[in-house]
Amino acid sequence: MSASARSAVTVNLTPTSIAAANRESAAPAPMRMTVSKVNFFYGSKQTLFDVNMTVAANRVTALIGPSGCGKSTLLRTFNRMHETVRYARLEGEILLDGQNILSQDVTLLRRRVGMVFQRPNPFPKSIFDNVAYGPKINGAKEPIAEIVERSLRRAALWDEVKDHLHKSAYELSGGQQQRLCIARGLAVEPEVLLLDEPCSALDPISTAKIEELLVQLKDSCTIAIVTHNMQQAARVSDFTAFLLVGQLVEFNPTPQLFTTPSDPRTEAYITGRFG
Amino acid sequence: MATSSINAPSASPVEDSRSFISRLRNGDEIARIVTFIFAASVVLITVLLVYELWVASVLPRQKFGLAFLVTKLWDPIAEQFGALTFIYGTVVTSAVALLIAVPLGIGAAIFLAELAPQKVSDPLQFFIDLLAAVPSVIYGVLGVFIVIPLMRSVLAPTLQATLGFLPLFKGPAYGVGFLTAGIVLAIMVIPYIISVSREVLLSVPRDQREAALALGSTRWEATWKVVVPFARTGIMGSIFLALARALGETMAVTMVIGNTPSISASLFAPGYSIAAVIANEFTEATGDMYIQSLIQLGLVLFLLTFILNGLARLLMLLTASRGSGTGRA
Amino acid sequence: MNARLKWRKLVSAFMLTMTGVCAVVAVAVLFFILGYLVFHGGRSINWDFFTKLPTPVGETGGGMANAIVGSAKLLFLASLFGVPIGFFGAIYLAEFSGSKTAFVVRYAADLLNGVPSIVIGIFAYALVVLPFKHFSAYAGGFALGVMMIPITLRSTEEFLLGVPNTLREAAMALGASKWKTIATVIVPAAYRGILTSVLLAFARVAGETAPLLFTAFGNRYWSPGFNSPIESLPHMVYIYAISPYEDWQRQAWAAGLVLLGLILIVNVVARFILARGVAVQRS
Repeated sequence: MSASARSAVTVNLTPTSIAAANRESAAPAPMRMTVSKVNFFYGSKQTLFDVNMTVAANRVTALIGPSGCGKSTLLRTFNRMHETVRYARLEGEILLDGQNILSQDVTLLRRRVGMVFQRPNPFPKSIFDNVAYGPKINGAKEPIAEIVERSLRRAALWDEVKDHLHKSAYELSGGQQQRLCIARGLAVEPEVLLLDEPCSALDPISTAKIEELLVQLKDSCTIAIVTHNMQQAARVSDFTAFLLVGQLVEFNPTPQLFTTPSDPRTEAYITGRFG
Repeated sequence: MATSSINAPSASPVEDSRSFISRLRNGDEIARIVTFIFAASVVLITVLLVYELWVASVLPRQKFGLAFLVTKLWDPIAEQFGALTFIYGTVVTSAVALLIAVPLGIGAAIFLAELAPQKVSDPLQFFIDLLAAVPSVIYGVLGVFIVIPLMRSVLAPTLQATLGFLPLFKGPAYGVGFLTAGIVLAIMVIPYIISVSREVLLSVPRDQREAALALGSTRWEATWKVVVPFARTGIMGSIFLALARALGETMAVTMVIGNTPSISASLFAPGYSIAAVIANEFTEATGDMYIQSLIQLGLVLFLLTFILNGLARLLMLLTASRGSGTGRA
Repeated sequence: MNARLKWRKLVSAFMLTMTGVCAVVAVAVLFFILGYLVFHGGRSINWDFFTKLPTPVGETGGGMANAIVGSAKLLFLASLFGVPIGFFGAIYLAEFSGSKTAFVVRYAADLLNGVPSIVIGIFAYALVVLPFKHFSAYAGGFALGVMMIPITLRSTEEFLLGVPNTLREAAMALGASKWKTIATVIVPAAYRGILTSVLLAFARVAGETAPLLFTAFGNRYWSPGFNSPIESLPHMVYIYAISPYEDWQRQAWAAGLVLLGLILIVNVVARFILARGVAVQRS
């Protein structure tokens, strides 16, 4: 589809400078994950229809779409979290570094593919113990304290909490708790980090901090993020997938999707005509 | 809700513009007064109960004071009364009961809350609720005809063969005793631990468990290291509740404990509990000092359960309001 | 999969199985008790059991007719005393009271609920037996009634509070006074829950023995009226079960079966009533 005359796309395309710089070098990147012919059922109701996409290594891939389009459902298949729901069924193939995740051990998989949830959900433990949880149960080769510090630094939280590591995680603000959850997820050194609307419960300042964080993290990690905030997707991601009613409508590099969408439905969504 | 209310029909002059009599003709006011009287009677009965317990045990307090609590001797003939043996028996049997019931109860609660699908969990909970409705005397019958013979023929010999070097398991085992009573009590309090713990576990937010799983925990690790700690306070509350129930239990205990006032390190020895001695000796007590000492024992029991129930309520309140565990490391 | 992960998964499978075992054990106890009583007690239930008086010590035969009637009388008195207090007190808490009074009343009820039943027996002894200088059904009924109060009160209050406010407002908008609203709209709306509360309180005290030991005391014969010592079914179970006579022990099982059967039936019926009704929101 050619770009419509409506070139006044009402999307705020002011990417951070780092993101912009990275996007310049977004030459064909190896694919960390490949999603093929994925159909998803909840009981007898089908909620994802023949989804095919990729998640590029060391890039940020965003999943956008109106409420109920299936973007969270899709994200949760990437680390098989859908298996915690009784009647959920997945068909199709999802490859992580060429191996089908459905045939791997799920506990191992979840170390490699981490997740940060919509609402900050730190454990009822201290800040230190929250971050240390993953390394402790999985067996860490390095001293735990080092891992904790490194993870908190990667999550841009270290300076704020380094003198309070043994305080309860609940004493942190919402934005700090979410960064703690990111640190907790990073502590097991995942190859992919999934974030399910991580900023929807946060204030604008915390949101900005986390967006900056994500762009920095992608050097060491592959990121997939679900967001209902189009501007956020435009700001932080390199690739964007637009889902509608369980179908993947369009999957393209972010600048392209937001300026010259190839599907009229995409254009309708990003210009605010629905959703 | 309602604001002011008169406290009794003979209250002082009202500020209302209508006279008292005309207000009385108003059905609502009558309804309020009448229902208030019923509600107030609840408070009255409670106050009266504490009062009666206190007043009817004045003699032993005068004679023995606080030493009553730590004196071992219980000799009605010499009019020397001490509560220590009964406190000991009550505490020991309850401790044994909790040692058995808490792991079993929490384990079952975990199964019902985390593992079983709702179609299995709800009916099972229904049966467990029925278990809580079984009267004490029926558990006593179970104790007398099943647990006592079992103790005598199987449990005691096994324990003595394996752990007989411990003072806990020395000495002859006739079937009755602290351990038997503890086992019967355990069966009685398990339903309480299960019901409350299950509810608390079910109320832990889903994303706590999901976060643990997403970090690569096994199902057990997610449950035991994250969900259960989150529900820690409520589970403690259920344990206090169970303990309060165990302390006051009368019939089942008196049928299997041996009813012998003695303090012994061995769990196989017969003993006595506060509730059991009151049940057995009350109607045969002669003389005011004797009866009042028994009533004083009742007062001790009341205070114990009062404190425990209060702690349990406090913990439940903490669970509800903070919606989380203690939050500490 | 490395060794450590294998071990963790093994532990996980094992512990989760153990929790299932715990649940099965807990539930199995119930069926075990029932089975045992049915097996041992079922054989001893006959017409005599329900109609004859106990025979003199040592003689076989006889029944528990007086205990059955005695329990009925005691429960009748208990309900007469406990249910109105609980019911009307709950109406006060739900419809009229301020929060401070409500707190005090609820706290007293919860306190009462936690008092061991033998201590309630002492209370009834001091209040009823001592002044009248003898044991009686009044004393036993009073003790059981006191135990019924907290259960009835708190449960009824919950169900009354669960009636949606819109019903109250609709009635008032039609000109009904408060008490009329309560009597004709709110209580009928909550009747299932209230009935359940009463039934559950009833079932709870029906099996109580301890508070009757020195209030109703016991009686091997008929007890006319309410002013003399009276026998009860749970008490008979107690006495006969710990006796050395085989005949009495069998009768104890029979009595236990009847008692447990009645209590379980009332419980099941009460929950059934509740489940079938419109889902009342619990606080």
